[in-house]
Parts: sequence; structure tokens; C-alpha cells
Amino acid sequence: MATISVPQPKQTIPWTSRGIMSWITTVDHKKIGWMYIAVSFLFFIISGLLALLIRAELSAPGMQFVSTGFYNQLFTMHATGMIFLFIIPFFAGIGNFIVPLQIGAADMAFPRINALALWLAVFGGLTMFGGFFFEGGAAAAGWTSYPPLSNATYSPSIGQDFWILGLQLIGISSILGAVNFLVTVANMRAPGMTWRKIPLFTWSVVTAQGMVLAATPMLTGALTMLLTDRQFGTRFFDAAQGDPRLWQHMFWFYSHPAVYIMILPAMGIVSEILPVFSRKPIFGYFAIFVSTVLIGVLGFTSWLHHMFTIGSNPVVETLFMATTIIIAVPTGLKIFNWIATMWGGSLNLKTPLVFVIGFLSMFLIGGISGIFQAAVPLAKQLHDTYWVVGHIHYVLFGGSVFGIFAAYYYWWPKMTGRMLNERIGMWQFWTMFIGMNITFFPMHVLGMLGMPRRYADYAEEYGWTFMNQIATFGAFLVAFSTLLFIVNVIYVHGFNKGERANDNPWEGNTLEWATSSPPPEHNFDRLPPITSDRPLWDLRIRKLGIQTKDVH
Amino acid sequence: MAIDQHVAGGHAPPHAADAPSTLTVGVGNRKLGLWIFLASEVIFFTALIGGGILLRLTSTPGTWPMPGEVLNVPLTSLNTFILIVSSVTVVQALAALQDNRRQHFRLFLVATFVLGAAFLSVQAYEYYKLIVEEGLMLSQFTMHGHHGEADVVVQSVYGAAFYIQTGFHGMHVFGGVLWLSFVMIKAFLGGYAPDDYEGVEIFGLYWHFVDLVWILLFTIVYLI
Repeated sequence: MATISVPQPKQTIPWTSRGIMSWITTVDHKKIGWMYIAVSFLFFIISGLLALLIRAELSAPGMQFVSTGFYNQLFTMHATGMIFLFIIPFFAGIGNFIVPLQIGAADMAFPRINALALWLAVFGGLTMFGGFFFEGGAAAAGWTSYPPLSNATYSPSIGQDFWILGLQLIGISSILGAVNFLVTVANMRAPGMTWRKIPLFTWSVVTAQGMVLAATPMLTGALTMLLTDRQFGTRFFDAAQGDPRLWQHMFWFYSHPAVYIMILPAMGIVSEILPVFSRKPIFGYFAIFVSTVLIGVLGFTSWLHHMFTIGSNPVVETLFMATTIIIAVPTGLKIFNWIATMWGGSLNLKTPLVFVIGFLSMFLIGGISGIFQAAVPLAKQLHDTYWVVGHIHYVLFGGSVFGIFAAYYYWWPKMTGRMLNERIGMWQFWTMFIGMNITFFPMHVLGMLGMPRRYADYAEEYGWTFMNQIATFGAFLVAFSTLLFIVNVIYVHGFNKGERANDNPWEGNTLEWATSSPPPEHNFDRLPPITSDRPLWDLRIRKLGIQTKDVH
Repeated sequence: MAIDQHVAGGHAPPHAADAPSTLTVGVGNRKLGLWIFLASEVIFFTALIGGGILLRLTSTPGTWPMPGEVLNVPLTSLNTFILIVSSVTVVQALAALQDNRRQHFRLFLVATFVLGAAFLSVQAYEYYKLIVEEGLMLSQFTMHGHHGEADVVVQSVYGAAFYIQTGFHGMHVFGGVLWLSFVMIKAFLGGYAPDDYEGVEIFGLYWHFVDLVWILLFTIVYLI
């Protein structure tokens, strides 16, 4: 934006400056977004501490710090917390804040349902983690909770029931959120914003929320059956009467798409940040647009690859291997488009871009190891080993979490009116980048050496000690990098050191940068004309007197 | 905010949720929201019904009775008829409202309510008979002996599948009847008008959906 240079007198932003009750009772999409983000960060810290305990326990053979039973609770709640209470709610939060702004709307379509969805998720999380305070502790059957392990005989503690009920609440919250997002984008776009002019982040949220809508009810059904098995004497997942495989099918019908629910919004963030920091339009807007939908659809066709060891027909296994590998096509399409966006651009190497580059490189490794292990014979070999743990962390940490921190740095000035500190941010990036590779890369090797996931202990003569110690060191480095992020926020806001952000500090192209930082309660006083998927870019170009034609 | 980028051609943003100045897909927020919610309901019932089918296919031979052996198919056929008629009455209620026939509108709402309640009553009676007389439990059912043979108790997941499928459908009917009672209260207090019928229409959408699920369930659980 060529013309913003004069420091603006800071007006009071009514939605940021009221007391606690205004937050509890709010239906404003920005406040709700903030609360999602804050709650998800809290669960990121809690689940991260559980991970540190896991890594500490595995740093040497023998049981050092925790009991084997508590170790089971640790890895169960680490995964559940990170997936259902950090990554998914974070994207619900940033989507809540940014999507209405990007489409030029005043709020979400159903503000009160929005608030309901937030509080359902919060209480779902509290229910789930509340298990730690009861006899028998939290759920300990793994985040996949396969019966018979998760049934009343083998998991008698009430923590398992809390896990089910909490997840049900979060699931209902997700479904309500999905309805809200889809109606908002369908019906509340600013005049001129046709489907082909929707910003790519908003589009990725639409696709991911469509997946939430189509996948989550399957988990709701499965959890209901698991609960009645545990509490009311049905035997749906009992090997004698019912079928334990039924749970696996239903669970992965939800949880495989859930991986894309967790990565598509991160991909949307990448597609927003790359053009802004490469000073170029996004390369292949339409290809990214379509490949997002393709990933969303194909994500529903490959769930069986999580269950190759249950003994399916080899023809069926081969089919699911093919449907898994084919997802590499739209994903690769995106990666090439992103590289082409950066190619020849004038790269502005600020924290958002640096985290995005971290995403690109790390997610690529996670994606390729995913294709690799989709091969049926290899999947059977690597099943339930640390290889799988390494792979999923390259996808969810290298992918989703780097995307999340890119989003933090990119949208922080819009959300708070302050810039995060670049120097601390760079330190955070490098410690996180190096830390995650030190943590998760050795896991691939450990898996190939035969180390099973979810084991609390290993014998010294297996030769896994050294690599486990490396991984543990890396985990503490990642924890340090997270601490740096907290330090950054405290430095900027607590010590008032943050540079004030103008309305469009990065020279962004999408509508959220056309309002003040942070936006007023009603979001916009006036909207610029929406001439393409990057209206502010068009405006700058026009002011320079350059004639452009619509490239789409 | 002092944004001076807004050149001629800029315009004021929409402030109200349904302001006509936004791009829409041509269906109002509430109606579209219900449609999308129903899509998620399709998946939920797919989970229950699909799970039932899978359990049936993998069950030990002899542990999954044919519908007529345990269930009272004629009684439930009557109940199916009741629910289908209630779908007709809710259509009539909406049509009457749009024609400004207020008396008929309220009458058809009451009829829908009575039919919905009748469906639930018959289902409750069916459950009572099945549990008390037929011995259809969550993990076993009783196969009645023919020609003087003794009854055989069979361990089976059949009852659990039956109760979870029909039970969750029944809860949806119950939810619909509750919703309808609010629509009725509003109608009798003078609410709704020929140009203000969306509240009735989206209730009708939900009601038709519940009806449709029942027709599928009836076919799969009671007929096949």
C-alpha cells in the first residue's frame, strides 16, 4: 500500500479492551478466534510437556521417571491433545479471525453457534484432560483407542470414558464450526468476490471444513458405539460377537482425512505468505485452488493404508496403496507452484517467509516418506514402528506447526497491532528447525532398526540408546524454541517493546490488510473494489499507473 | 483507520448477516446451514447403518436373525406409514401458510405433531414388546422354537445394532417433535406470515430428512 506512511492516532479498539465477561459472552468472530488460538496454545504447551516426559523416559534403557502405566497416558494424551486441542482448534481460531476479513464480511454467518462451538471445544478438552485427576488417570489406550484395548476390560479407568466424551464434544464443536465456515464463505462474500477470486487461505479453510463435515460424524458414530460397549453392554467391537476391525475402519475413515484437515489450512497459509514475501503474484492460483479440492476428495479414499496388517484382500490393499500414492499428484502440484512463486521473486526473508520455507522443506520430507511407506510390503514392515512416528511428525510438526508459526508471525500485527520481534523470531525458527530434525529424523532409523512405537522401555543391547538420546536432546531444543516464542510475545506486549504495526505492514494483497490493525468491531468501513484474488495488489498497481489485465 | 486507498468504485461493506449486498449462493443463511448440517447427519447415519451392515456380513452364521423372526414387521410398517403421512402434513402446513390460510397452517402443524408423537409411542411400544416378550437384548436374542421346540437364546450383536440404529433415529424424531412444539407455539402466538415462512420451511427440511432416514432404515433393518 503505497500511501500508508503517516503514523495514525491510535483509536481505541472496543473489542480488545473490555473485561473478562466480555470475552466469555462474546459472539465476535475476532474474539472467538483469539480464544481458540489462546486455548490451543495452552494445550500445545501441555501436550508438549507430556512429549518431554516421554522423551525423558526414553533417554535411557530402564524406567527412569514414570511408571509404564503413566507412560501410556503420556503418549495417548500427547497425541490427542496435539491433534484435537492444538492443531485443529488453532486453525478454527485463525480461520475465525481471518476468513471473515478476507472475504470482506462483518462476522461469521452464525455468531452464537460460533461461540457455542468454541466453548464445546474448551469443555471437551477439559473433560479429556480431567482424567489425569481421577483414579486410574487419563486415557491410556493410544490416540487411536483400538478395541479390545480400549474396552471396559482392558481400560477400566474412567479416563477412557472422559476421553470418549471429550472427543464427542470436540467433534460436535467441529461440525458446528464447519457449518458456520461453509455458510459464511458461501453467502457472505463481499460484492465482486466470485468463487475464483477467493483468497487461497479462505479456500483451504473451506475445503478443510468440508472434510470436517464429511469425516467427523463417522468418528461420532464410532465413539458412540465404543461408549455403549464400555458402559451399556453392547459388543460392537468385541471379537466374538462384533468386529474390532469395524472400529479401525470407522476411526481411520475419520482420522485419515483429519491429517488433511490439519495440513490444508497450513498449505493455505503458505499460499498467502509466499506471494506477499516473494513480491510476486501466486503462481498457478487455479491449480492450487483445484489441487486443494482434489486432496480433500482423495483424502477420503485411502484410509485402509493405516490397517494393512489386519489381513485384507491383497487386491484391496493394492487399490488403497494406489489411492494413497496418487495424493502425491495434487500435493506435488502445490509444491511446484509454490517454488515457482518464489522463483525469480524478490524474497523478503522475514519470519513468516522463513517459517514457510521450513514448512516446504520439512513437509516435503514427510510427504515423500508417506508415499514410501504406502507401499504395502513396506507398510507391513514399518507398521507400529518409530518410522511411523518420525513420518507423522515431519507432516504435522514440519508441516502444520511450521504453518501455524508462519501464521502467527504473518497475522500477529493484524490481530494485535504490534509486530513480533524479528530477531527473537529468527532464533525461534532456527532452534525449532534444527530441533525438530534432531528429534524426528533419528526416529526413522530407530523404526527401521525395529523399535516399536508406544513402548516405555527398551533393552540396552538393542543399540537404540544413542539415537534415542539424540531425539531427546532435540525435543528439549524444540521446547526451548517454543519458549522463545513466549518470550517474544512477552517482550512485545509485556515490555511494550513491539513496533506498532500499520494497517498493512507486509504489503499484503488480501482484504484483511484493507482495515486497521487490529480491525474495528465491524471490520470494515469501506471495501476496495475486488478485481481479483489480490485486490490490494491491483490497487497499488493502478496507483502506479500500470495497466493490467485479469490474468485468470 | 485512515485508509486512503479506496478509490472510486469502493463501496460500503455489508453489516447485517443477510444483507443483500453480499455475494450469496441464493439460499438464505439459515436454510443453507441446515442443508449443510443435514449432510453431516447423512454421514452419522452412514456410520450407524454401515456399521450394522458390516457387522451383519461378518457375523457368525445363525447369529443374525431375519427381520420377521424377531421384529414385528406389520406394526412397524404402520409406523412407517405414520411418519410418511407426517411428511405430507408438514408440506401442507407450509403450503397453507404461503397461501395465507392460517387456520389450516396451524391444523397441519398440530397434525404433524400428533403423527410424530404417535410414531414415538408406537416405537416405545415396539421396544417394550421386543425387550419383555421377545427377549431382544443388547448382546443376545431369543429364537422362538417352532413345532414345540424349546426357545434358544443366541448370543449376538444383532440387538445392539438394532437399538442403536432405530434408537438414534427415534432421538432425531424426538428432537423434531421438540423443535415442532416451538414452531407451533410461535404459530399459535401469531408468528409467521406468507412472506415469513423460513422457520417452518427449515423445520420441514429436517423433518423430511428424518423421514427419509427412516425409509432407508426400515428397508435395511425390517425388510432385507
